[in-house]
Amino acid sequence: MDNATAQNPSYVREEMLAQAEPPLGQKGAIKWLRDNLFSSVLNSILTIVSIWFVYYILSHIAPWFLNSIWDAGSLTECREIRDATMPAGTSAACFAVISDRWEQLLFGFYPRSEYWRPVLALVLMVVGIMPVLFQSIDRKWLVASASLPFVLFFLLWGGSVWLPIAIAMGFVLGYAVNKFGTPMLGSIGGALATVIVPLLYWIYVAGPLSGAIHSVLPIGLEFIQSKDFGGFMLSIVIGVAGIVLSLPLGIVLALGRQSDMFIVNKLSTAFIEVIRGVPLIVWLFTASLLLNYFLPPGTNFDLMLRVIIMVTLFSAAYIAEVVRGGLAALPSGQYEGANSLGLDYWQSMRLIILPQALKISIPGIVNTFIGLFKDTTLVVFIGLLDPIGLTNSIRSSTDWNGIYWELYVFIGLMFFIFCFSMGRYSLYLERKLQREHR
Amino acid sequence: MSVIEAPKESFRLSQLIYDTRYRSMTIQVITLALICVGIYWLVDNLLANLDNLGLEPDFGFLSSRAGYDIGQTLIEYDNSMSHGRAALVGIANTLLVAVMGCVTATIIGVLAGVLRLSKNWVISRLMAFYVEGIRNVPLLLWIVLVYAVMSEGMPQPKDFREGGDAVMFFSDSVAITNRGIYIPGPIWGENSGILIAVFIASIIGAFAYRRYAKKLLFDTGRLLPMVWPAIAMAFVPVIVAQFVLGQPVTLSYPELGGFNFKGGIQISNPLVALWIALSLYTGAFIAEIVRAGIMAVSNGQSEAAFALGMQPNRTMSLVVLPQAMRVIIPPLISQFLNLTKNSSLAIAVGYPDVRATLGGITLNQTGRALECMLLLGLFYLALSLIISFVMNLYNNSMKLKER
Repeated sequence: MDNATAQNPSYVREEMLAQAEPPLGQKGAIKWLRDNLFSSVLNSILTIVSIWFVYYILSHIAPWFLNSIWDAGSLTECREIRDATMPAGTSAACFAVISDRWEQLLFGFYPRSEYWRPVLALVLMVVGIMPVLFQSIDRKWLVASASLPFVLFFLLWGGSVWLPIAIAMGFVLGYAVNKFGTPMLGSIGGALATVIVPLLYWIYVAGPLSGAIHSVLPIGLEFIQSKDFGGFMLSIVIGVAGIVLSLPLGIVLALGRQSDMFIVNKLSTAFIEVIRGVPLIVWLFTASLLLNYFLPPGTNFDLMLRVIIMVTLFSAAYIAEVVRGGLAALPSGQYEGANSLGLDYWQSMRLIILPQALKISIPGIVNTFIGLFKDTTLVVFIGLLDPIGLTNSIRSSTDWNGIYWELYVFIGLMFFIFCFSMGRYSLYLERKLQREHR
Repeated sequence: MSVIEAPKESFRLSQLIYDTRYRSMTIQVITLALICVGIYWLVDNLLANLDNLGLEPDFGFLSSRAGYDIGQTLIEYDNSMSHGRAALVGIANTLLVAVMGCVTATIIGVLAGVLRLSKNWVISRLMAFYVEGIRNVPLLLWIVLVYAVMSEGMPQPKDFREGGDAVMFFSDSVAITNRGIYIPGPIWGENSGILIAVFIASIIGAFAYRRYAKKLLFDTGRLLPMVWPAIAMAFVPVIVAQFVLGQPVTLSYPELGGFNFKGGIQISNPLVALWIALSLYTGAFIAEIVRAGIMAVSNGQSEAAFALGMQPNRTMSLVVLPQAMRVIIPPLISQFLNLTKNSSLAIAVGYPDVRATLGGITLNQTGRALECMLLLGLFYLALSLIISFVMNLYNNSMKLKER
């Protein structure tokens, strides 16, 4: 013992120690592994079991994928290539069916020379919904988006260019009547005229007018029948039409169900419950088997249009329930506040209630849309050729008899991409509209 | 102070629109009138069309001879029975797959939802993959995919012979073949009624014991063991009775005879495909509901429970879950409804549900599209309303009792 410590046993370190590294088990990968994977016996078992499970699945599927054959004319050719180039017993996917038949899976029996039309329509649609989806784009582009349905209709079905223009003119007419007629006729007369004049125009004038112009100035595209539509194009057409039409209808139904007016309330409730209580497949059969019974004798309109109507009504009922949830979730102070400002019903709905209620119901609405898009596959049962229906017709050719997994993987992947991106968009929107400060 | 006289009430026509006292009445009358006109138009068209076809609505076909066979009959049926009976067989099949699906979907969904919240990185990722992967692909594709796996990927019965490469599971009692899954089936011998009675009584006894133990806990604070005694009470008496009565219930095992398995119960491929696909699909949705429900319980609740010195599993069962259940149950009800309605996708694999009997073969044989679709729609509607009514009763009993 040296002198200094003997005299003054208390000891104070005079310089700081250098910071020590944490022990090996408390840092980096080991700590992460310990915390996340092996924190307890149960957790360790779960980890090992799930890793084994993943390995088991991958060990069966990965070789099948990695050995896949993309260039062959038929399933037998695929098998010959596999047996010739790979050791016996190797499994190999035959994605040649996709490279052989991808056009059919995407477009159905749409004429090959006209493929540019659905492709252009898709591009226009994606560009056109941008102003709706993202608020940072100038609002005046919304007018261009509003003209989109007519452009898309013309591109997909073709026929005379004047028919969609004549129909679109009905809306312009209605707007003009509303703008110039209201000062003359008063607000009620103006509102009535806004509804009645375009209706009369569509029923009596639009058809002959477009026919007359077309006979003078025939501009148009080759007319394509609905029965030639197929594949993902069909799913997207039905899905998008259903989405666009069912949102406003759903909101109106939700408002009807929340309304104080007895008759409106009961009618909306009955409609929603009846539609929701019965599976979509039964509604689709109704559309294909029964709808003609309820129309004037001799009418026969397009099966695809009937399907779109049914799908729209079906998802509108679901959207109505989602929006009703949003309306009910708003504190009643919001309704009272709107009333005390002297806003009338539609003003308070438009300016105060719906913006908040719709914000709350975005996840539900998008989920309904995803469901609708997935449900478009059910049209196979009434004879339309959606992707799953096309797998049957591809399999019925002698070349591809007996091929299952490759087609299912492809279709599943396509649906996954669409639905997953819709889901991500709803998350983005939810975060962006988040007004609560946390 | 002079009193201003109230203006004289005189009714003007414009009040119907501008006066809020009358306006809602006006709107309702107009709506009702429009709806009536619409319904009149539809019914008028319907009658005209039926008249043209020489048909009139008639449900007499339900009692006429069906003349077709059904692959899976839970209630007694053969092709000499009526169309109405065939519809009932279909209804039983629909209910069977719906109940089986609801049970397994709930189990899968609760497991996946809880595991997705686990701190274990591998398992939570795996569950996220399961949920997102299943939810974003159409149910129809899953059904045909599982069906293809069952009918294309599974061994044929002849592979189970000596020298074949397929093996049965659970000491030769379960065989998975491309014609379906064969499992042992019970044979109800003499006295098995007593056995069933004993079983029901012991289940009631187990629930009574749980109730008693809970009451004791809340009244006196004494904690009796609950789980193991209850399980023992439910199962020990019935096992004892089975041996005392000389084994009235025996199992028949599936055995390979000829080209196929005989004995036991065959679960046909369509049923298996539909059941697995519906359970996995709905399970993914239920997993999200369970996850959201657990996350909706604020952290303060479990922290407070820990501060009171509660164990983690008791915190979960007494504090977190009861509150999460209130968030979980309403959407869970609608998932059960969805599963029941989605069971009509049986059409993809040829499972004989009510859509296939009443809305399929019967419709095509008799040509009574209107009547068949009407009955089919009413059946599904009634089923939905009953399920949501029962589950709402349960929901109301679970709801937070607010003053």
